[in-house]
Amino acid sequence: MSKILIVAEHANDKLNPSTAKCVACATKIAGAEIHIVVFAAEASAIAAQAANIAGVAKVITVSHAAHQNALAALIAPQLAELAAGYTHVFGPSTTFGKDLMPRVAALLDAPQASDIMAVESATRFRRPIYAGNAIITVEVAEGTRLVATVRTASFEAAGAATSAAAIEAAHPAAAIPAHTRFVSVSAARSDRPDLQTAAKVVSGGRALGSADNFQILYSLADRMGAAVGASRAAVDAGYAANDMQVGQTGKIIAPELYMAFGISGAIQHLTGIKDARTIVAVNKDPEAPIFEVADFGLVGDLFQLVPEIEKLIASGS
Amino acid sequence: MKRILVSIKRVVDYNVRIRVKPDGSGVITDGVKMSVNPFDEIALEEALRIKEKGLAEEVVAVSIGPADCQQQLRTALAMGADRAVHVQTDASIEPGTAARLLLKVVEREQPMLAILGKQAIDDDCNQTGQMLAALWDRPQATFASKVEIAGDKALVTREVDAGLETLEVDLPAVITTDLRLNEPRYVKLPDIMKAKKKPLDTLDPAALGVAPIERLKAVKYEPPAQRSKGIMVKDAQELVAALRSKGLV
Repeated sequence: MSKILIVAEHANDKLNPSTAKCVACATKIAGAEIHIVVFAAEASAIAAQAANIAGVAKVITVSHAAHQNALAALIAPQLAELAAGYTHVFGPSTTFGKDLMPRVAALLDAPQASDIMAVESATRFRRPIYAGNAIITVEVAEGTRLVATVRTASFEAAGAATSAAAIEAAHPAAAIPAHTRFVSVSAARSDRPDLQTAAKVVSGGRALGSADNFQILYSLADRMGAAVGASRAAVDAGYAANDMQVGQTGKIIAPELYMAFGISGAIQHLTGIKDARTIVAVNKDPEAPIFEVADFGLVGDLFQLVPEIEKLIASGS
Repeated sequence: MKRILVSIKRVVDYNVRIRVKPDGSGVITDGVKMSVNPFDEIALEEALRIKEKGLAEEVVAVSIGPADCQQQLRTALAMGADRAVHVQTDASIEPGTAARLLLKVVEREQPMLAILGKQAIDDDCNQTGQMLAALWDRPQATFASKVEIAGDKALVTREVDAGLETLEVDLPAVITTDLRLNEPRYVKLPDIMKAKKKPLDTLDPAALGVAPIERLKAVKYEPPAQRSKGIMVKDAQELVAALRSKGLV
């Protein structure tokens, strides 16, 4: 029978929703017994939230001052020790989980399946490769312990439990290394939504022509409460910052609404947006490849259309 | 010698449209343009900049894979790596095996830093750097957007979901690169000529005492669900009306 250990992600005493998504993924494995482990300076408040996720049989807490900032190198040896007796060890495919889980897998001498998007059985999973341009089904041998990260966008968070799971403190003996020290964390610098997780994204390509001209997109984005992205061509031309790049070598995003202005739709850009719910393309070239994937296409001059669209949204008509 | 080790993976070029073979046994790579994994180019650029600041003396590029990997190692030498190491194998290499092989090279080369791309754009695993750090029992600073070397420590700024996190790590350490760390230099023709004379050693995995094992077997490959083409609207008014009817604006 499968026994699954999920490492909780949290910040400021709040459980991250990615944890309940990992639980949802784990419940797809028939008959699995699911435990959550919380590493924190003081884990009890977070553990109480984890114990209320439906499908969780037990929550294990590791409270230690060293776990204040959830550093992978410090958690990994202790998590590897606690993983004894489990068939699967899951973490979210967030920067927290991506950093931590391979380190745990190496310590356990276990293979890792990254970004699992679907569960076929306790030993068989589907995951995207080539930036989502292909889906691979992978399999481990029966009896091989598997470490995995869970693609959070692929699972609806597990609901609330009818009765809370038991909470148990653990005190792993594995030494916590001193070679890695937390210095600081600074929250994203912009008042705009984060490009990676924004529900709406307004994006510009080389046709914008200059960094100054990007202002019309910022203005539209602020009106809509959207994040601003850019094509690689626009970033390479210096019109937009590197961290705004959407595409295979930039950010791969899945917003509810993606609006592409003056972006032709190079393959590497399209792979970054194809999980968007609705794609709008505005381009003066009616042959632009972006129109092949757009739900709504509009041929025209973006310098005219962007302010017009903003005005129409503002007026509510 | 103060040395930096950089891993170089040969991957399908990022501009190539990926197609799954009709029989589902893989993706089509015959006759397809191959390149250095873009994140590895960033890793090499960072190593070269550290060397150019006088904080390291030698940059060694390592690649694991078939004979053709030497093309990418020559590119790395043309960019400025001092020498290259090719661990030659036709076996399928999963990240755990890559990490064990890189550890063997680390033990031979004794670098102050190993810089790897955060992930390869083919298998998108994002594992090898972290696994190498674990096996080496050294710090890891993943998804780096800024690296400062100060004596026997490095201050690394990381791109995390919450924003930017800064870690201080003791050297030697493993760093994996994010997109914003730098912009790799272009290779100039004279450098390509010079690269042909730089040393490139070939190693056999068996001689390193590592047997490639495949524990995560590929069962099948499929294309992703396709998007269907939508509708063309005639003006901004019609566009906004359509978005409004879907509750999007």
